[in-house]
Amino acid sequence: MTLRQTQAVLHTWSGLLVGWALYTIFLAGTVSFWRDEISRWTRPMLGHQTDRALVLDRAQTFLDTNARGAKSWTIELPGDRGAGTLLTWQPQSKAGEKQARRRRRGDHEQWLDERGRPVIVPETRGGDFFYRLHFDLHYIPVLWGRWFVGFCAMMMLVAIVSGVITHKKIFKDFFTFRPGTRQRNWLDGHNATAVLALPFHLMITYTGLITLMTLYMPWGVAANYPSREAFYKDLLPSPQVVGRLEKPAPLANLDRVVAEAERRWNRGHAGIIRITEPGDTAARIQVLRRLSDRIVDGGQAIGFDGATGAWLKGPEPQSGGAVTRDVMIGLHAGRFAPMTMRWLYFLCSLAGTVMVATGLVLWGVKRREKLANPAQAHIGIRLIERFNVGFIAGLPVAMIGFLWANRLIDSAAKGRADLEILAMFLLWAFCILVGLGRPPRQGWITVFALGSLLAAGLALFDQIATPTGLVSSLMQRDIAMAGMEAGFIVVALVFALLARKVARHTPSTRLPRGRHTRMQVSKAGIAVPVE
Amino acid sequence: MRGWSGREIGARGAVALVGGYGITALWCAVVARLLPMSRVDATLTATMLSFPLYAGAAIWAFAARSLTRLCATGALVGLLGLLVFVGASL
Repeated sequence: MTLRQTQAVLHTWSGLLVGWALYTIFLAGTVSFWRDEISRWTRPMLGHQTDRALVLDRAQTFLDTNARGAKSWTIELPGDRGAGTLLTWQPQSKAGEKQARRRRRGDHEQWLDERGRPVIVPETRGGDFFYRLHFDLHYIPVLWGRWFVGFCAMMMLVAIVSGVITHKKIFKDFFTFRPGTRQRNWLDGHNATAVLALPFHLMITYTGLITLMTLYMPWGVAANYPSREAFYKDLLPSPQVVGRLEKPAPLANLDRVVAEAERRWNRGHAGIIRITEPGDTAARIQVLRRLSDRIVDGGQAIGFDGATGAWLKGPEPQSGGAVTRDVMIGLHAGRFAPMTMRWLYFLCSLAGTVMVATGLVLWGVKRREKLANPAQAHIGIRLIERFNVGFIAGLPVAMIGFLWANRLIDSAAKGRADLEILAMFLLWAFCILVGLGRPPRQGWITVFALGSLLAAGLALFDQIATPTGLVSSLMQRDIAMAGMEAGFIVVALVFALLARKVARHTPSTRLPRGRHTRMQVSKAGIAVPVE
Repeated sequence: MRGWSGREIGARGAVALVGGYGITALWCAVVARLLPMSRVDATLTATMLSFPLYAGAAIWAFAARSLTRLCATGALVGLLGLLVFVGASL
């Protein structure tokens, strides 16, 4: 076989084997570019424009009253797109008690709204759920999820490179302007979304692997360090831990400390403030920079003495290798991206999602085309076609279900955050069953129609039953929340159009053998090109 | 043209996945040891370079003319990596 043919095989199999997982990862990652907006939407009571000085002052008062003598306090300030300040604290560990690692689900947290007032917020994972789904998946141990996602990303990287080798003619043709020619029939969804955003796909897949690289490829670390801890210590010097001295001393004014940190970053913004042993002379304050400040994702912590507020150390300079790695992570997560760039991220990522989805659908179409009688396809092809319905159309529908659950589940319900997630997975399972139980065409129409109704209904529900509808968001000039609501309407329209398109679609009639094979070359789809 | 049998695809896939990872891991360790940089930078650079290397190995596993040739060359590259690693550690 020629090189192009061998790479076509590799492209097809590396894409197909992990296609549904890749689609899930891609779609969850795509919506995660709106993580802050989704989180705000799920917690509307937090307001938006945070008054930092006021919030820090009230945070300090709150923690001093309610978490006095704790081992540590953490204050997470919202970024420009976010809302609400999250306070968490860790009580002094009692003798013999194992330190609780998970702080998020405990009683030791409090949300403050935009004016620093404590508010009760219904338990929800918000946009963080999709963000974690993107690389941890769900209902399986985190480490398994990350390994599996890494495996899929590696397959994706191979699928992209082999796809470029197989279809290298596309690139020549793509940039040739041929006035007067009929629309090229190879320009189907898969090729268009793949080629137009190809640099993005390569970048996002490679940098995705970099985010967890020492997990996937620990052998460089193993060759140079006796342990992983030794490597991390070399990479990022951790703040010195000072034991409690039992000499009470009031904590320095946090707002002044943060202002000093921001001056030292040369007009940066504080993201997270950690205080260890507050109220003691041994208190230390660590101020971490907002990750959206720079393209380099991470670093730049500054340490202060808690009692005097005096600067101790930081930001530490990073080595070239560490900066390179952190820029890769920054490029992947796009936290630095301002609005125009963010939209580009979102659209390119959406193109990647569509590329994976159309690749999966095309595989079935091509297989059927090759059969003597396309109406009698192999059980494997038929199963994949039916699963495609539930996975491809079903996942976005289930995600809308998550948002519906956020609005419908009682705000005081026990285990509320998990119920929202359960609702999403149940709806997804339902869509998969619909896809399996009906002929593919009816399956697609049913699931797309369901998604359209759910999305339109959500915008309508918010407009009628909550103060966060499209009209009120627009009147408050809250562009982000108006964008969310308008987004639901757009999603509803797109799903309705897709349902209509499937309903009107007539499968192409079979062509004579000779014509058929020639068309395969010009289409340059995922099937093996014919010489 | 004659396509590959399912068995041929499976075998090449297995070589790409397992053998490719083995060779990549080995060379990642070698490069991490040999790069003339600080320890942390050499480690990070070698790890960052390992993924394109792994992808290249997978491409090659399918581009190679025959399975035998692929395994032989792969074993040679692996052995070379091992020798360099041991040599560098002495």
